[in-house]
Amino acid sequence: MNNAQGHCTCCQSDSAEPFAELDQIIDLYRDKEGNLIQILHIAQELYGYLSLELQQHIAFALNKPLSEVSGVVTFYSFFSTTPRGEHTIRVCLGTACYVRGGKKIVDALQKSLGVDIGGTTADGKFTFEVARCIGACGLAPAMMIDDVVYKQVNINKLDAILSRY
Amino acid sequence: MKHITINGKPYEVEDGLTIIEAAKQHGIQIPSLCYLSGVHEFGSCRICVVEVEGAKTLVPSCMTKVSEGMVIQTNTERVRKARKVLYELLLSDHSKDCLSCKRNQSCELQALGKQLGVEATRFEGTRSECVIDVSTSITRDMSKCILCRRCVTACNEIQGVGIINAQNRGFQTVIAPAMELAIGSVNCAFCGQCTVVCPVGALKETDSIQAVWEAINDKSKRVIVQTAPAIRVAIGEEFGNEPGSRVTGKLAAALRRLGFDDVFDTNFTADLTILEEGTELLSRVKSALTGGEAVLPMITSCSPGWIKYVEHTYPDELDHLSTCKSPHTMLGALAKSYYAGKIKREPKDIFVVSIMPCTAKKSEIVRPEMKNDGLANVDAVLTTRELANMIREMGIDFNNLPDEEFDNPLGMSTGAADIFGLTGGVMEAALRTVYELVTGRELPFDGLHVTPIVGFDQVKEAAVTFADTLPDYRFLEGVTVRIAVTSGLAGANKLMEQIKEGKSPYHFIEVMGCPGGCIMGGGQPRSDDPDVRSKRLRGLYTEDEAKVMRKSHENPFVTQLYAEYLEHPNGHKSHELLHTHYVRRGTYNEYTNERFDLGVRPAEKKRDLAAQAINAAARAEQARAREENESVRVLALEAENARLKSELADVNETVGFFKSVIADYASRGR
Repeated sequence: MNNAQGHCTCCQSDSAEPFAELDQIIDLYRDKEGNLIQILHIAQELYGYLSLELQQHIAFALNKPLSEVSGVVTFYSFFSTTPRGEHTIRVCLGTACYVRGGKKIVDALQKSLGVDIGGTTADGKFTFEVARCIGACGLAPAMMIDDVVYKQVNINKLDAILSRY
Repeated sequence: MKHITINGKPYEVEDGLTIIEAAKQHGIQIPSLCYLSGVHEFGSCRICVVEVEGAKTLVPSCMTKVSEGMVIQTNTERVRKARKVLYELLLSDHSKDCLSCKRNQSCELQALGKQLGVEATRFEGTRSECVIDVSTSITRDMSKCILCRRCVTACNEIQGVGIINAQNRGFQTVIAPAMELAIGSVNCAFCGQCTVVCPVGALKETDSIQAVWEAINDKSKRVIVQTAPAIRVAIGEEFGNEPGSRVTGKLAAALRRLGFDDVFDTNFTADLTILEEGTELLSRVKSALTGGEAVLPMITSCSPGWIKYVEHTYPDELDHLSTCKSPHTMLGALAKSYYAGKIKREPKDIFVVSIMPCTAKKSEIVRPEMKNDGLANVDAVLTTRELANMIREMGIDFNNLPDEEFDNPLGMSTGAADIFGLTGGVMEAALRTVYELVTGRELPFDGLHVTPIVGFDQVKEAAVTFADTLPDYRFLEGVTVRIAVTSGLAGANKLMEQIKEGKSPYHFIEVMGCPGGCIMGGGQPRSDDPDVRSKRLRGLYTEDEAKVMRKSHENPFVTQLYAEYLEHPNGHKSHELLHTHYVRRGTYNEYTNERFDLGVRPAEKKRDLAAQAINAAARAEQARAREENESVRVLALEAENARLKSELADVNETVGFFKSVIADYASRGR
């Protein structure tokens, strides 16, 4: 995941075959039933997000309508259609985290990052999301940055945590 | 066979039927909404739920197959209550501006509410954001969509193009092109089959009625109208007649009473198309047989939805298309040249209106290729449904009109032209003429009908062998010409794949974009008659058989046109006025300057703030290009404005009410 998040997404379009790496994967999965979601996952890992051009490329390669591909992409919250930040912050809003103050963390982060839920900071450093229970209820309220879990977060700790990135 | 019980009575029904089908066969009606006979894919609305003994919950009768010993109740208190709740939930997210909706009184949702006896809407919740997407052919108003997914089935399963599908999830779900792109910016063929199946006012043709009224009211304009073959066996339905009723005479009379100056018939240029296209085919075949270069099979080009589809999907095979324009643009071109000369009017003062069974033709007329001397060949296209609306608006008592004739010289036609409106018809008309040209004898089929290509099979084929040819056509002696006919884009796709692989065995292919041909076009009346297709088909064949002249080359006015003006088929003048070329587009418009345009959508705004900032400049440029068509944009804005105004009025009313309550309380307190 770290690798995927850190992957540069801006310089892909210059080469002649912008999605050559993905094409090999698509060939591998071509005849497998239900291959679309797998391919989308890998595509997002490779290129950071699923741009319209990337979705078009996948739809064309799999001979599926673009509307079907984008239907799947927009259905699942894991998929992103816009460039993502270098790091992903996910604040847990599962029941336990919510009652222990998860919402306050969300509000504070919105203010300090200057973006709404689902948004990416102007410097491209953080993408800010919420999660529904990350399975760390004993550590509530919890949040994740990439794959590191921060336990018992309170708003005073936030600056210190963010400064590590 | 399965033995089942419905509402206490035993029945024996075929295997494999769904409950709703089995019930219908025995005269038991189960209310339904999203159900689409024959191709039903999603059981999304659940209005058709019934009680089945032993089942834990109510089951959707459109998706549940009958099984041995099944005991079904279709109308218990529990079922009726459930249906009402489901209906009210649908209404809670529906813009209820029924009185000013185009589908008022022809809306299936409205009719269902009456049928279910719903008299209250108890649920008022959040409403979906209103997105009105106007293209030259199709207008989408998603505030009216009830997510029944019939259009998704029509687009994906029937037509096999898959332009629209469900996007997003939960309450945000919207039926739209990928990424909620504007439908006018993607590879939609504009066949309009989605507008035919839509039960509400969410999908419809983009209105051209206003533009036509304005032209009629403009005294400086000579307004010419023409009507496609498929209209005469369908428009009667809008006035309560049986599907397939032939109302040609009343149609001509109605058009005259609407104020059109000349009432012409697209059939005339259908006959002309046969001469142009037949000549083109013969010259291609001759070239192929005499060692020259020729692209075969040749494919018909009358259907603009099919044309746009092939430009997007098979951009490298465009040479297979006949260069003939569609018949109505041919007539427009002649009206503004040949006919303008005859009546001594400036072409720019002539306004040509086409009555078409088709939504794609609305986009066809704005193509730059459909212009001569800077003037569009056709200025407005009305669908059959739109014409019916105008006739009603004008207060014309359609059924009691006298039968009148079309005007000459562009109104006379043979039987061959009538069958242009049905699948297999263009091919049959072409064969009638080509065979006779080549051999001097009539086409050797009973009643001139090429039986192998009559009917609704997806792909039909036949072969015609030429023998005892006339001296000019000796090169065809003993040659067998193989033909194929298909209607609907899914069938066309099959034949195009053969061509792409170089394996097509055919010489001549007829393609119509809508399944069944123009009689089932995207602009035709919506019908709940399961036999509507065959009834309209019968109507057109009868129209053909009732004529004395049934072969295009017999049309005396076509002969006169060549003698006075065009000289000969495929001649210089013909090429200038009646023939065209095609545009390589590619699935995602990759061969044109246009790009799939992400536009500006409310839902997207929240999700993609960051990306919007990055793309803002590029997007503004694209949006500007797309909105070239100013009138269309104005229409969208006007619709949005009307909606906002009505919302404001609602809010004001509520505020007023609260004010009066407060005042009331205040005075009592004192």
